[in-house]
Amino acid sequence: MAQNRDVYLDNAATTYCNGEVFFAMQPYFISNFGTPDSLHQIGIDAGQAIDNARASVAKIINADPEEIYFTSGATEANNWVLKGIVEAASVKRVIVSEIEHPSIIETTRWLVANGVEVDYIKVDENGIISIPDLLAKLAKPACLVSVMTANHEVGTVQYINTIANICAQNNVYFHTDATQALDSVHIDVKEMEITALSLSGHKIYGPKGVGALYIKKGTRIAAFMHGGHQEHGYRAGTYNVPAIVGLGKAIEICMRDNGINNARIKQLRDYFIKEVENKIPAVKLNGHRTQRLANNVNFSFQAIEGESITTLLALQGICASTGSASSNEWLSRSHVLQAMGVSDEMINGSVRFTLGRSTTKEDIDYTVEHLITIVHRLRAMSPLKIGGTKNV
Amino acid sequence: MYNEVVMSRFQNPRNAGIITNADGVGQVGNVRSGDIMKMYLRIEKGVITNAKFKTFGGVSAIVATDVACDMIKGRTIDEALKITNQDVLKELSGLPEMKTHCSVLAQEVIADAIKDYHKKLEKENNKKKK
Repeated sequence: MAQNRDVYLDNAATTYCNGEVFFAMQPYFISNFGTPDSLHQIGIDAGQAIDNARASVAKIINADPEEIYFTSGATEANNWVLKGIVEAASVKRVIVSEIEHPSIIETTRWLVANGVEVDYIKVDENGIISIPDLLAKLAKPACLVSVMTANHEVGTVQYINTIANICAQNNVYFHTDATQALDSVHIDVKEMEITALSLSGHKIYGPKGVGALYIKKGTRIAAFMHGGHQEHGYRAGTYNVPAIVGLGKAIEICMRDNGINNARIKQLRDYFIKEVENKIPAVKLNGHRTQRLANNVNFSFQAIEGESITTLLALQGICASTGSASSNEWLSRSHVLQAMGVSDEMINGSVRFTLGRSTTKEDIDYTVEHLITIVHRLRAMSPLKIGGTKNV
Repeated sequence: MYNEVVMSRFQNPRNAGIITNADGVGQVGNVRSGDIMKMYLRIEKGVITNAKFKTFGGVSAIVATDVACDMIKGRTIDEALKITNQDVLKELSGLPEMKTHCSVLAQEVIADAIKDYHKKLEKENNKKKK
């Protein structure tokens, strides 16, 4: 039996901040505390740091630096793109997938309450959006389609290129929330004809409270924050210079090291999946087996409930989350798994494990070992039988 | 999120399991809501002498059923039926607000198991009459 250890398998919720990132940010709190709005040297230095960060963000998605707008995170970017494009459009109709993050889903609910027409594209059992359904929904004019690059719960990666092409052919703007995908999925906004893209710092080993929205030049979109002239007057407010520097640095590290990191993480992911499937009966891998984020493992364990599993895992130092972890009360029954047609029993039994740069094979072995015991223990207490999936 | 009483009970539930040929078996909840509680009772001369449970659900559902079993052991049927969800919450030193429905289910499963006991009793009495 291994000694108790700390195993963090919740990297889709948030990652630690990389040490290089932290040290890059440090000077901008105390010595280089300026804001680029000032004309003196301390302000000019801050302006240079922001320009550098903007260039890094632009580079990872092949955008132009002036197409990058810094925000407080992906939630703000998602709010802005939906509300801003609808406001500037004559056709007030938006199409999004059924499995978007709450920052998209809840924003569309707000839009609906404000008279905007919203349609939700269906997904298949693996969480891949239905192209025929997208085409059918595009038969009626719309101003924007938004489909996430990869799903936060089940890790399914969409065929973004195809979706973007279809939107371009139909003269509809296409936005993608790339929050979970930025460090492992290749995105080229020019080649793929993407109109807008959201990203966040704290999912890619950067600081929390910073993100960005890429908006293609010439896109009709309303300003989000009114005030000063920052971000061409589209997103007013004093620059969060240290966080922006941190985001830039985190992205530089992604571009530098991710080839190696992702290959290793993906190997561990596949090992983890194989171990669980071989050693624990009546489990179901949620999401697509191959068209999947390098770090995502999402299992449903029949006859038992996710919260009980994650609570017992936590007592062994293992951090994972239930399927609905990032949802709010309204979405507490994982709208993602529901849209994929997963049964009630299996929705309640889902647990998400998201690996990261610090994950080792020993971490996986330790987790699997405890998972076997925990699942066995909870099943012994459950009135449901494994095998049949009949709802009681 | 959970207090020490809840966490310690969750790690070592005292009454998990079944009673074979139980005098009363109750079940409440459904998979959709994420909680199913099943309770088994041994009743001798109107007194609950043993109670066991099987629960599908989260931490709160499991501990609420477990504590309910303890609370009814040694009690008469009438006493057991007087136990409310508030009593269950008190015994657990509270549950998070979003989880208080589990204490209601615990109260309901006691009633359901006792109802089943009465049903079985009636059946037996009818048999005897014949």
